[in-house]
Amino acid sequence: MAINIGETAEELRPATAGPEGGQVQGPRAGWRLAISSFVENRLAVVGTAIIAFFVLFCFAGPVFYHTNQTSTNVINAFVSPSGSYPLGTDANGFDELGRIMKGGQAALEIGFFSSLIATVIGTLVGAVAGLLGGIVDSALMRFVDILLSLPLLFVILIVGDRYNGATVLNLSLIIGAFSWLVSARLVRGEVLSLRVRDFVQASRTMGATRTHLIYKHLIPNALGVVIVNITFQVADAINLLAILGFLGFGLNYPSVSWGDMLSKALAYLADGYWWVVYPVGICLVAVVMAFNFIGDAMRDTVDVRLRRR
Amino acid sequence: MTAYLIRRIGISIVVIVGIALLTFVATHVIAPTPGRAVLGDKATIAAVDAFNRAHGYDRAVWAQFGSYLWQLVHGNLGYSYKLNQSVDSLIIENAPHSMWLSGSSLVLSILIAIPLGIFQAVKRNSVADQSITAVAFTAYSMPQNFLGILLIGFLAISFHVFPAEASQNEGILPYMLALRANFLPIMTLTITAVAGYSRYMRSSALDALAQDYIRLARAKGLAERTVLRRHLFRNASLSLVTLIGLSIPALLGGNLVVEYLFNSHGLGLLFINELGNEDFSTVIALTLLAGIATVVGNLVADVALTVADPRIRIN
Repeated sequence: MAINIGETAEELRPATAGPEGGQVQGPRAGWRLAISSFVENRLAVVGTAIIAFFVLFCFAGPVFYHTNQTSTNVINAFVSPSGSYPLGTDANGFDELGRIMKGGQAALEIGFFSSLIATVIGTLVGAVAGLLGGIVDSALMRFVDILLSLPLLFVILIVGDRYNGATVLNLSLIIGAFSWLVSARLVRGEVLSLRVRDFVQASRTMGATRTHLIYKHLIPNALGVVIVNITFQVADAINLLAILGFLGFGLNYPSVSWGDMLSKALAYLADGYWWVVYPVGICLVAVVMAFNFIGDAMRDTVDVRLRRR
Repeated sequence: MTAYLIRRIGISIVVIVGIALLTFVATHVIAPTPGRAVLGDKATIAAVDAFNRAHGYDRAVWAQFGSYLWQLVHGNLGYSYKLNQSVDSLIIENAPHSMWLSGSSLVLSILIAIPLGIFQAVKRNSVADQSITAVAFTAYSMPQNFLGILLIGFLAISFHVFPAEASQNEGILPYMLALRANFLPIMTLTITAVAGYSRYMRSSALDALAQDYIRLARAKGLAERTVLRRHLFRNASLSLVTLIGLSIPALLGGNLVVEYLFNSHGLGLLFINELGNEDFSTVIALTLLAGIATVVGNLVADVALTVADPRIRIN
């Protein structure tokens, strides 16, 4: 690095310095740093905008755009997109645009709830395994390995078939109950690597209790990984829901989710009713993509902070 | 290295026994005694009990688990009362179709993903790279059924280039030869796989390109193509080895969504049909098989990575 005569000591310090030698953390540390680095990623902003749009569209949309979603009107079935029906009607005469809004509600709800359940269980199990170590850790991890070896789709289909998986709550529980495995592994890895870090050792030397360690040091530092994982879990849950609905294990009529709307897609396409198939699919892809964008950006954010340490 | 292998195999065996235990518990909870299901609703209770006793379903649970394990070791996966066939024969009938679809899409996706990743890394941030990333990302975010629906919608229904249904041939040789009929299912699987691989392949190739040995190779005066072929190719493919190992389970587990969509008679479609038929012995046997395939696939992936990457061996 070339040194110019005119530079002050301030400018000579490397830009990525942490709190060394008494330097006080500037205002761009911590959460502010994370948020500003997140916002710099254009795709993440696009992703957030897309999700905000869909949340408003699905939940606030029906308030402004009234359609009849309960009583069928079979005479009007399969009307192609025209004046009073912007996206046409479906097999029962329901307005397709209203149907997409309603389907989106269920899809987003199940996506969020299931990933919340999965992350809570996974974080708890992973943290316990990482902290306690030894036999508990090995046993838990073997258990996770065994469950992970079974194909997720098969297991969920079997459970969904036996235990009425036809409501939003049940589907969220079923999907969440089998998706916690990956978060458990991630959190365990994070806790294991945090345990041996200097600041944890220092805190322990100063006499910190285990509870203090968990709440003040381990959980806040593992939070980054957990949040990244939640985002990808929501994307995966919505994908899984689409597949489940397609295979016929979705919600019961008259509630609907985006996946269910695709279950007879081939028949509709063969008859030429493209408006019942393509718009739903595009919404599905857009939402999952948005969550993937955000997850990627968050992962970069968390990694950058780790690198700067 | 051998110590690692032995430990790894030991862990795999434990996991397989654990999976067998899980599936046995599931069978026991869902359908503990098939007597009623086999003999029907009109059979007397005495007849049902006699059936159960004759087939050993009234023994203690751990005794039943023991004989279950014994059967598994001998390759007997159970009997399907709904289809009146042993599960083994069902699997032998349907597995080749699944394996052909999975196998050909695996080979195709490797052939496409590796050069694509290297191309993207070399032409980093160009228009070509960014558009490929965009397309791969979109395909990655699509549920597999919608990708299939799109392909069918455009290529089969609108433009009649390919048929919408996979080949219905029972024999495996005619099935493999029906290339036009099976093109869409294989393409769906390949696109999904390439979309998943390309993210890793691109970053792995980028990492490898930044290494010093590439600079040295160029400094020595080697042609760019030789540099790529001799040095970049092998090192960048390492991350793919693990991914491929993780794709092996699909070879035996069946591709549920694609087979259901294209009506291809493989293990996945068998699973769905038997689930609807309440034929739990088949369903759970298939899950067990897929579980074992996953464990074996992970083991193969680990070993392959250890063999391919000497750095892991030394560490």
